[in-house]
Amino acid sequence: MDATILLLLLQDGVVNGAIYALIALSLVLVFTVTRVILIPQGEFVAYGALTLASLEAGTLPGTVPLLLGLGGLAFLADCAEGRHTLDGRGLLRLALRDLALPALVAAAAWILAPTKPGLAVEILLTLAIVTPMGGFLHAVAFRPLAHASVLVLLIASVGVHLALTGLGLVFFGAEGSRTPPLSEASFPAGPLLVSGQSLWMIGLTLAIIVALWLFFSRTLLGKALIATAVNRLGARLMGIAPSLAGRLSFSVAAFIGALSGVLIAPLTTVYYDTGFLIGLKGFVAAIIGGLASYPAAAAAAILVGIIESVASFEASAFKEVIVFMAIIPVLLWRSLRSAPVEDEE
Amino acid sequence: MTVPMLEAHAVSVAYGKVEAVRGVSLSVAPGRLVTVLGANGAGKTTLLNALMGVLPAKGTLRFEGRDLTRLPVEARVALGLSLIPERRELFSTMTVEDNLKLGAFRFRTTGGGGDLGEIYRLFPRLAERRRQQAGTLSGGERQMLAMARALMGRPRLLMLDEPSLGLAPLIVAEVMRTVARLRDEGVAILLVEQNARAALRIADHGYVLDGGRVVLEGDSRTLQADARVAETYLGSLGAETPDRAAATG
Amino acid sequence: MPTRLAPTPLLTGLFALLVVALPFLPGVPPFWLTLMTYAGLSAIVVTGLVVLTGVAGITSFGQAMFVGISAYATALLTTQGGLSPWLSLPVALLLSAVAAWVIGAITLRLSGHYLPLGTIAWNISFFYVLGNTDVLGRYDGLTGLPPISLLGHPVLGGGEAMLLTWGFLALSLWLTHRLLRSRTGRAIRALKGGVVAAESFGVDTARVKIVAFVYAAMLAALSGWLYAHIQRAINPTPFGINAGIEYLLMAVIGGAGSIGGGVFGAVLVTVLKDQLQNVLPLVFGAQGNFEAIVFGVLLVVMLQRAPDGLWPLIVRRSVAAPPDRGPAREPLAPRPAAAPGTALLEAANLRKTFGGLVAVNDIGFAVRAGEVVALIGPNGAGKSTTFNLVTGVARLTAGAVRLRGTDVTGLPARRIARLGCARTFQHVKLVAGMSVIENVALGAHLRGGAGPVRGALGLDAAEEAALFAEADRQVARVGLTACRDLPAGSLALGQQRIVEIARALCLGPQLLLLDEPAAGLRHQEKQALGDLLRRLRQEGLGILLVEHDMDFVMGLADRLVVMNFGAKLCEGAPAAVRRDPAVVEAYLGSPA
Repeated sequence: MDATILLLLLQDGVVNGAIYALIALSLVLVFTVTRVILIPQGEFVAYGALTLASLEAGTLPGTVPLLLGLGGLAFLADCAEGRHTLDGRGLLRLALRDLALPALVAAAAWILAPTKPGLAVEILLTLAIVTPMGGFLHAVAFRPLAHASVLVLLIASVGVHLALTGLGLVFFGAEGSRTPPLSEASFPAGPLLVSGQSLWMIGLTLAIIVALWLFFSRTLLGKALIATAVNRLGARLMGIAPSLAGRLSFSVAAFIGALSGVLIAPLTTVYYDTGFLIGLKGFVAAIIGGLASYPAAAAAAILVGIIESVASFEASAFKEVIVFMAIIPVLLWRSLRSAPVEDEE
Repeated sequence: MTVPMLEAHAVSVAYGKVEAVRGVSLSVAPGRLVTVLGANGAGKTTLLNALMGVLPAKGTLRFEGRDLTRLPVEARVALGLSLIPERRELFSTMTVEDNLKLGAFRFRTTGGGGDLGEIYRLFPRLAERRRQQAGTLSGGERQMLAMARALMGRPRLLMLDEPSLGLAPLIVAEVMRTVARLRDEGVAILLVEQNARAALRIADHGYVLDGGRVVLEGDSRTLQADARVAETYLGSLGAETPDRAAATG
Repeated sequence: MPTRLAPTPLLTGLFALLVVALPFLPGVPPFWLTLMTYAGLSAIVVTGLVVLTGVAGITSFGQAMFVGISAYATALLTTQGGLSPWLSLPVALLLSAVAAWVIGAITLRLSGHYLPLGTIAWNISFFYVLGNTDVLGRYDGLTGLPPISLLGHPVLGGGEAMLLTWGFLALSLWLTHRLLRSRTGRAIRALKGGVVAAESFGVDTARVKIVAFVYAAMLAALSGWLYAHIQRAINPTPFGINAGIEYLLMAVIGGAGSIGGGVFGAVLVTVLKDQLQNVLPLVFGAQGNFEAIVFGVLLVVMLQRAPDGLWPLIVRRSVAAPPDRGPAREPLAPRPAAAPGTALLEAANLRKTFGGLVAVNDIGFAVRAGEVVALIGPNGAGKSTTFNLVTGVARLTAGAVRLRGTDVTGLPARRIARLGCARTFQHVKLVAGMSVIENVALGAHLRGGAGPVRGALGLDAAEEAALFAEADRQVARVGLTACRDLPAGSLALGQQRIVEIARALCLGPQLLLLDEPAAGLRHQEKQALGDLLRRLRQEGLGILLVEHDMDFVMGLADRLVVMNFGAKLCEGAPAAVRRDPAVVEAYLGSPA
């Protein structure tokens, strides 16, 4: 391996690592706020990529009926949850959020899809279709388990992953898709040729990180999310409902997942089950960060991306194995310095 | 007595098979300071948690005429109830100021929460430490922050669980003065205390809990003179109650 | 919540009869037999998950990997090494066990969710290794495996394979049933009562978790070996992560808390999957593994609606009667009490700081044989922290603890237990679903030595009889013989506290540490407890208790140590302490 190839691999690694970083951040967010280890995060990625590909092809994506269905289920779940406190206005608000909003998005997709309105509109439409699913899933699958242990939540999370993957197969079929790059441009930088697509990916990742930082440090809603992660009871005593925090963190995760899907779709062929592996690599990064630290998770994600790109050059058949094995030394290290005995409540 | 603001009737709380609170009834009138006394393990904290909705309870609970029984914690906060729990439950990795801002979360969309400037005038120490993480505060400052954070939510009924816990006597006196001042400003207060003398000095009315039941009730002067109050703390053992416990007034 | 570990003998017998008769009934389609073979193979794996998830509370999504390790090992050994399947079986079992041990050693000390996450990553890696290794036949796998021959007769599919599988399943169930009742099994079940409690009577919980994990992996390996030789060709697909998830699904749907639930879940899911594979493609109008949708939704719905699985809804719950072990030939030798007045516990200058906060500030006291010492003080005075420092649950910042002259500073709780120091808990930590006598027998953990192998094979009878004789003796000593066979969780709190004391006594301690023994007790229960403690004092035990109830303490303790703000306020006889103005002030606040 000479220096040029190494540089090339590093560039590849950083670009992929940027996606893993986004996913790792949303996983840390969801885990700290809700204690859910969000295995289905990968499905949001796949849904994002495949929804965009379908719009690109001028067809109505299968995620649209799913959005309507999930919205309906979430409406029922919300009504059941709020049956003691709900008044007319509350009911109207729920109906707007769970029924009218998805209907509006669906109508827009139905009208716009056949017209092939251009990449920018299609991306916005993709984000609008996938993002609300996060909150709906939280209401339907996870809120009723709010008091369950991390382990039960993890099993439920795997259940949701199974169902969403299966639905992905129904909606998008077994064939993979690829979308055109966000930019065809490329720029020479020394021995390398930097593509506009990679610049977009790194730029958007940085933009999302800055936006998240602003959201958490400047808005009361963002602070309420952190507060819930830091002290759930304390947050409830301030009137911050755990279901609000949960719904919000799931929506952020779905948004980040869909955007990641949009970003990788031009780079690799995405299948209905591709998201799982991508999500798991985000997990490797999040675990290295202890499922708690944002900067550590983001840094680890870049490292995972680099390991992966070097591994795929050196031993392409075993690249997944090498990436997943990277968590062993980390787990070992954590194991050796963890307190020997503690009760988990 | 005026119409009660908070009215609890036959409230019971069980942890599995253990009943920690057994059929407690109490009421708090608007603008009054009511204290609940009792030794460790008498069920005081459990009672407050039940009133706030943190723990499920049997019995009926009404706040300004509205049935609270099925409302979750957040909905009770929205009605103007506020609890400062025994462990304070601060957001330890966030700044003092962020803690305070979150205290007004229930007014997020409507406006009308507490005023930061006013709070800082009331608690000057917190103004000095506004950029500091809540977890780095001393015990007294943490209690101040917990109270200030609760006040940012402009509670109509403030419940305090052992505000004197782990505090030195001088700070206890300061905390009690603050509580009394809040009452004078019109906030109804339910104060749970182990420090019976300090609590009875500022309270209007008191209940004494033992083994999860109300064993004594009365206005605070009567209770101050009642030897049985000291007994619930120090046991009977045949020895007579120390003079100082009975003669405070 | 009482759980029974095995279904009633009648139900078991009927079901076994049905299984044995199935291949011989006329008109049974051969496909049914194949389906039941698969169900049996899965049930063996799921039985391991019952021990791991349902009993020990650890979850693995990666059991398919252990099935695969064994299947590939036996495939290589028999096709390329020419070994008989019976000779490759021990190798396959051993390989899976070693893999599980290594993985367990790395992750089981971490908090609960790292192991399941790790198993996902490892199972996926395993799949890619299988699919990309030439000697393992890449994605095509290996073929031409010999069948298992039974008394010279090769087992070739159909009813024979089904009977063989279910025979091995029966063996697995029997071993598991025995294991769970044994000394090691009780230690595994004790994990449900909390790690701290288990450690306090000497259980090495990290080791016990690894034992459960290795045992589950070995059952998976048995299933993999059977699968390989019944199918006689293998490829990576049935050992991927989705298979691993499916095993867990079976356990959750059936009910991971019981052996019967595991078998039920395996059969149900296998049949359901087959039916769904017929029906769903018609619904969706295309081919694909759509049953994943139904399984995923089912998993979430089950966790929300019936987290204990379907089995408990079918079989009425009751606790299996504890084994009747007969009279012990050699009961445990009673441990001699220390001479009255011997210093048992000496705590010197104990100090604990959390960050800048001093929670315990240079506390010192001693407990001698034949006396009751009470640690009292207002809320937040640092009593519980002090108690945790003495019992090895929390680490000292400075100071020293000596037990009968031995320095135990910094030793973990289970090492302290070895020195004859037993304790109870403020919040009762019993295994609610386990009978009183078995809970008490847990306390004698250190006085037995049988490991998992002896336990599963039933070679521990003499020792078990002795342990249970000791437990019976202690149950009688505290006066709970009438409740011997009831689930501990069904007793009143007062009785549960007494059970904890009996469990502590089973250790054969010289020093007893009680954390708020009277909290939540009714008046008569307090009196009974006081009487019991007085009796124990008379027998020469040293007792240290943390207590809030002053009436209780005043009438019982020989000496009181009063704490306030983390420091010792005073020490002395109850009457003197009660009159001390500093104590009155600490409790009631300062006068005017």
